[in-house]
Amino acid sequence: MNKASSILLLALLASLAVVLGYAVLSLPGQADGLADTVAAQMDSSGVSHPVTAVLLNFRGYDTLLEMAVLLLALFGVWSLAPQAHAGMSATSAGPVLTALFRLLTPVMILVAGYLLWVGAHAPGGAFQAGSVLAAAGVLMLLCGKRLGGRLAGWPLRVGLVLGTAMFVAVAAAVMLGGAHLLQYPIEWASGLILLIEAAATLSIGITLIALFLGVRPITGQQP
Amino acid sequence: MSSGLNTIAWIVWIILIPLIGAMLCFMWPRRGNLLGMISAIATVVVVVALYLQLLDQGVIRYAVGGWRAPLGIDLYADGLSVLMLLMSALVGLGVSFYARDYFKQDDENPAGFWPLWLLMWTGLNALFLAADIFNLYVTLELLGLSAVALIALAGSKDALAGAMRYLLVSLLGSLCYLLGVALLYHAHGTVDIQLLGSVVTVHPVSYAALGLMIAAMVLKSALFPLHFWLPLAHASAPTPVSALLSAVVVKASFYLLLRLWFDVFPAVTLGLGLLFGVLGAAAILWGSVQALRQTRLKLLVAYSTVAQLGYLFIPFALLSPIAWQGGVYFMLSHALAKAAMFMAAGNILKFGGHDRIADLDRVAQRLPITMTAFCLAGVSLMGLPPSGGFIAKWLLLEAALTFEQWLWAAVIIVGGLLAAGYVFKVVGYAFTQADHSHDARPVALTMEWAALGLAVGAITLGLIAPYPMALLAIGDPLAIREVSP
Amino acid sequence: MSLSMLYALAGVGLFVLGLHGLIVQTHLLRKILALNIMGSGVFMLMVALARRAPENPDPVPHAMVITGIVVAVSATALALALILRLQAMTGRAELPEQQTRP
Repeated sequence: MNKASSILLLALLASLAVVLGYAVLSLPGQADGLADTVAAQMDSSGVSHPVTAVLLNFRGYDTLLEMAVLLLALFGVWSLAPQAHAGMSATSAGPVLTALFRLLTPVMILVAGYLLWVGAHAPGGAFQAGSVLAAAGVLMLLCGKRLGGRLAGWPLRVGLVLGTAMFVAVAAAVMLGGAHLLQYPIEWASGLILLIEAAATLSIGITLIALFLGVRPITGQQP
Repeated sequence: MSSGLNTIAWIVWIILIPLIGAMLCFMWPRRGNLLGMISAIATVVVVVALYLQLLDQGVIRYAVGGWRAPLGIDLYADGLSVLMLLMSALVGLGVSFYARDYFKQDDENPAGFWPLWLLMWTGLNALFLAADIFNLYVTLELLGLSAVALIALAGSKDALAGAMRYLLVSLLGSLCYLLGVALLYHAHGTVDIQLLGSVVTVHPVSYAALGLMIAAMVLKSALFPLHFWLPLAHASAPTPVSALLSAVVVKASFYLLLRLWFDVFPAVTLGLGLLFGVLGAAAILWGSVQALRQTRLKLLVAYSTVAQLGYLFIPFALLSPIAWQGGVYFMLSHALAKAAMFMAAGNILKFGGHDRIADLDRVAQRLPITMTAFCLAGVSLMGLPPSGGFIAKWLLLEAALTFEQWLWAAVIIVGGLLAAGYVFKVVGYAFTQADHSHDARPVALTMEWAALGLAVGAITLGLIAPYPMALLAIGDPLAIREVSP
Repeated sequence: MSLSMLYALAGVGLFVLGLHGLIVQTHLLRKILALNIMGSGVFMLMVALARRAPENPDPVPHAMVITGIVVAVSATALALALILRLQAMTGRAELPEQQTRP
């Protein structure tokens, strides 16, 4: 773009920055937001970490839709990409990478499990654990390993939708007693949250790995 | 009997059913058509159930998780949301029938049309029922990403480029919107629409958030001059996707604009109304002229969308309740008519293998059902009686003339004439013989009847006006009762 | 000016910088990176202003940012797949009208 329009653009953006900065500075320096409201309801939330409570209980509906968005990204990527062919996966990794993979993968799986468990009372939870699983999976992909024939068909699809499906199932099941969507009975709340998070961890990990691969895996047989 | 049905939380199932359907279609791609149609029909049934429940109970506010706002997320159904739900349900049903024969069943790829479309429908329904501005951000993303993936299904270079541009525009809009949400939350401690409406006052943060969020919605609704991304994206998409995009998806961001305008920012709207009116008028004139200049049918229909979306912004300048009723009615009838028109265009494209308007070789005689659908849809777009488009334009004109806004009335009338211009251009060529005859490829009957069904729906809207108007009044979403002089 | 305001202003700065990159850069990958920078700016603003609470930070914006990050990752993944297809088809990772510019 020519000089005049780039100067005009810079001027416009600078004024935007000034306007936004002024708006931000006009906010009060101290504000509670919803911190107190959340703290007041923590006892009935089923977990003791406020962010997890908001994510999986108070605003769980947002998390449900967000898992649908992640699934949607996978559907989109698979609809665009061709199916992998046999020649694509045979990259031979060097000895260092392979050794790293062998050493780190069990550790990463353990860390993921820990993050899932600790999410109830400290920073952690499904998304964090799922990301660590995904990192282990990316390492696996970089080493040239791929999911074999039968596993890459139906079982893979089950793993991908499991998180969202479990979330929807729990959300709907609690309505059976006349409660609202996602209104966990208080005594079961922590168990249900852990169940949802466990399924979600698996799904998030698998979805992120599949997104990294970018192509549909070769299926050995038709499901 | 009615009390038993009333205890079911239909509002929740409207969102869950398409989501479950999407997952089922992904798991069993071989049964995609069957599972997809079942999900579509189930969704329509549940929408009708909610409509009946609304007529019975009045507005419905549902606290998800049992937590009331501001802690939790509320779902809210009033007349406007149910009208939008019915609109997308009808168009969605027609598109589902159309798509059964349009897409070849691809057993190899589980991620095809149905999972993507059903997730889009989930996003649409969740958007129309949301009462929480952050929740709306997530639904906007659901809608935008599914639209991009659906456009790209066509696989052509134009489709991929159109999808990419649409994706960039959509993400830009969503991020501006999210920044507005962040500012509003940190200023007021809530993201619930009803609560925000009572606390938003004149303040720098309110103006900043207003600017960001309104700009984002105007970009996503393709108001002139931010319409540049629409024509290629809508025209190069697969036909059922084009129908969905023009009929429903652009209306979703417009609906959000209405909600923000009336419920969140009523105290701070400045003189934006006049600006919207002017841009709307520019869209009508410019879009119609561009449509007249097109040589390809689907591009003509896409530019017609740009023009017709301009009518939606005229009520902002007229500021009368009749004008708003006209605007909403316009949204509804345009949805049915434009979906029908795109489907008809798609049939013609499939029939001849091309969509050059000048070479429409006696299509009128060879595809009579499709041409009838096209003509009926054109009647509604032109605003001729009896049709939904006529009622909508009548209301807008009445509002303009009551307030002696002659300029707006002139624009509305000229817009109708220009629409007649491009509709008759197509119809004219459809009756003439082209220089070179083309081999005809068969068009499935379902595809023709789906187009005709929606077109008849647009005409029917002209005959049943009292019902949608009564529905619109429930919950008074457009502040019709509190009219400022 | 408190520390949280400083970070919030930095978030605004990132947002505007990203917007500039989105408009000016022609290569699609850079446009996507610019969008991600804009997103990071918004997230930083949300989290920074949550620190204004006198005792513990407000957890709701943190949850919103986690949701936002996942949505951003999903969008980026789809965008990258689309860029790859576009490049495979046209040979360049740019929008068509920008390919013809000198």
